Amino acid sequence: MENIGSFIDMIFVTAKAWILALLGQFLPVWIVVLASIVISGVAILCLGPVIMMYLTLLERKVIGRIQNRYGPNRVGIWGLLQPIADGIKMFTKEDIVPANADKLIHLLAPIMTVVPALMIFVVVPFGRQMTAADLNIGFLYFIAVSSITILPIFMASWSSRNKYSLLGGMRTAAQLISYEVPMTLAAVPAIMMSQSLSTNTIVLTQAGSFGLNWFIFTPWGIVGFIVFFLCATAECNRPPFDLPEAESELVAGFHTEYSGMKFALFYMAEYMNAFTLCGIAATLFLGGWQGPFLPSWVWFFGKTLALICIMIWFRGTFPRFRVDHLMAFAWKFLLPLTLVNILLTALWQFTSASAAWLFSIMILAAMLYMLVKLNRVFVPEKRNYVLAD
Amino acid sequence: MIAIPLQHILIFSLLLFAIGLYGALVRRNIIGILISIELMVNASNINLIAFSKYTSLSPETGQIFALFVIALAATAAAVGLAIVLALYRIRKTVQADEVHLLKW
Amino acid sequence: MELLQLGAKFGIYAVMAAILVFALGVVTFRNLFHCALCLAAALIGTAGIYIALQAEFLAGVQILLYVGGVITLVVFAIMLTEHLAGKTVRQNNAQSLPAIVGLAGFVTALIALILKTPWPVTEAALKAKTSAMGLGEALMGTYVFPFEVISIVLLAALIGTVVIAKKDAPEERP
Repeated sequence: MENIGSFIDMIFVTAKAWILALLGQFLPVWIVVLASIVISGVAILCLGPVIMMYLTLLERKVIGRIQNRYGPNRVGIWGLLQPIADGIKMFTKEDIVPANADKLIHLLAPIMTVVPALMIFVVVPFGRQMTAADLNIGFLYFIAVSSITILPIFMASWSSRNKYSLLGGMRTAAQLISYEVPMTLAAVPAIMMSQSLSTNTIVLTQAGSFGLNWFIFTPWGIVGFIVFFLCATAECNRPPFDLPEAESELVAGFHTEYSGMKFALFYMAEYMNAFTLCGIAATLFLGGWQGPFLPSWVWFFGKTLALICIMIWFRGTFPRFRVDHLMAFAWKFLLPLTLVNILLTALWQFTSASAAWLFSIMILAAMLYMLVKLNRVFVPEKRNYVLAD
Repeated sequence: MIAIPLQHILIFSLLLFAIGLYGALVRRNIIGILISIELMVNASNINLIAFSKYTSLSPETGQIFALFVIALAATAAAVGLAIVLALYRIRKTVQADEVHLLKW
Repeated sequence: MELLQLGAKFGIYAVMAAILVFALGVVTFRNLFHCALCLAAALIGTAGIYIALQAEFLAGVQILLYVGGVITLVVFAIMLTEHLAGKTVRQNNAQSLPAIVGLAGFVTALIALILKTPWPVTEAALKAKTSAMGLGEALMGTYVFPFEVISIVLLAALIGTVVIAKKDAPEERP
């Protein structure tokens, strides 16, 4: 029983080691090194698009259920072939490039969006020993690569030569930069406690008995997780933070002028980002692949998919933010909260458990009360619009 | 450790610095000048890290100086661009040679 | 294994060449937005050089701060000051030729200097390693004073930027 469990747990790792051993018998060492990289790379390159395809299906199904309808169910059983049908539709659509567009950049932007989204997969720990590259700066790598995402959105919005695209691009930049700050600071407590930036080590420190010593079971962990998750939702432009591509205000923002496969690439990057951000959130606070009884990768995918379902639930439930509310929420609410949270984590380290619980809950309650009091709802004064003078 | 000679890195960063300096000298647009200066700062950073890697027993020193330089470059860019925006709002231009109120 | 080493070496030279090409793009393109994109590419390439020099932490910080921060600021400024239609304005002043001549002299002199100087490259230094933890300990130990000074500078710059870029209070319309 024990053996079968560990075999299923390590099945992918064993398969890769077996292939490498096979190659090593009649090929020089350097080819084996290359082959190791290629296998991990190919696995990620296949995983990304497949995840994206089935996330779209999941989203349509869940949203359908929330709105009391079925969602796609005609293509294949339970609509399982729907993503493939969508893919064929996207491929055969006409590719329209606006006459005044900056052609080269217009082409490069969708390609550039997908690259960082795929690159982040490298540091996501999918299971025991299943991190493609266990970098010792793993989390910093994640933050750095996801900050590149702003660039292609700028490229798309600028090269389209369209005022709605440009407005969408500006909003995106403002939003992504603002939410990156609390997101990084919210993750700092987890890094402080595990004393490492490596995603793998962060997961390993949450082992405990039964693999249940997750960071979310502490006061700073709960606050950090909630803030991180909200910021992650904002970072991948999902509702209720989808101002950059608000259909009703901006005609879809930065990808107004994109069609066919290029549009599909933006879509793909968005879903892959949603997956990796949820995966990193699970890694930092929900113990990654740690958990009792089930194989490690089942735990990881289970936690990540649960987080994605929460994101979809957000989409079905909340109305969109207003721009000034969005900014105020990041800078006036989340940022101070994360700073206090870092302080709490330091206190947690140096006080005994029960006293620490008491202290943290008191400080957090006081802080929340203060922030809510300080962030009074802003009612704009009545303005009279005068026609052009 | 991949051994490429220190001299090659130094020549490379020198060329990068020279290109940045050229941009800072000939650009008319203030934003163009600012981004050329970023190139120069970047070249000097490469030097700091190369020296700390090749000649120092504790490479932290060079890296920390590079960290400070990056932070200061970001500050310079932020303040500089704020000044450019204020200038644009008042004088409707971002060309350095059109801002000559104090010149005679 | 030697083959991989050789490949890595060529890779570094290729990255260096690419950075120089992009840097030339930064100073020659007429469209400022293209310049900013070239700058981003050059900065990402520099992060690659840092990784080759085993400064991974710096590479991460470089991409995070430069590409995520500075480039975004620059593009913002370009979007706010340039016109979307982009009428072509002369971007360079008349000092192109003297600048090139002067810089050529400067570069040749310095290259001669670089090649003549006996750099104290030691085997022990090449083997020395850093980690993010070592950097953190140095920042909190030896360099704690500059670290604090930098934080004050950043705070001052933050406030200064807001004050400079802020719009004045709108005047009352008659």
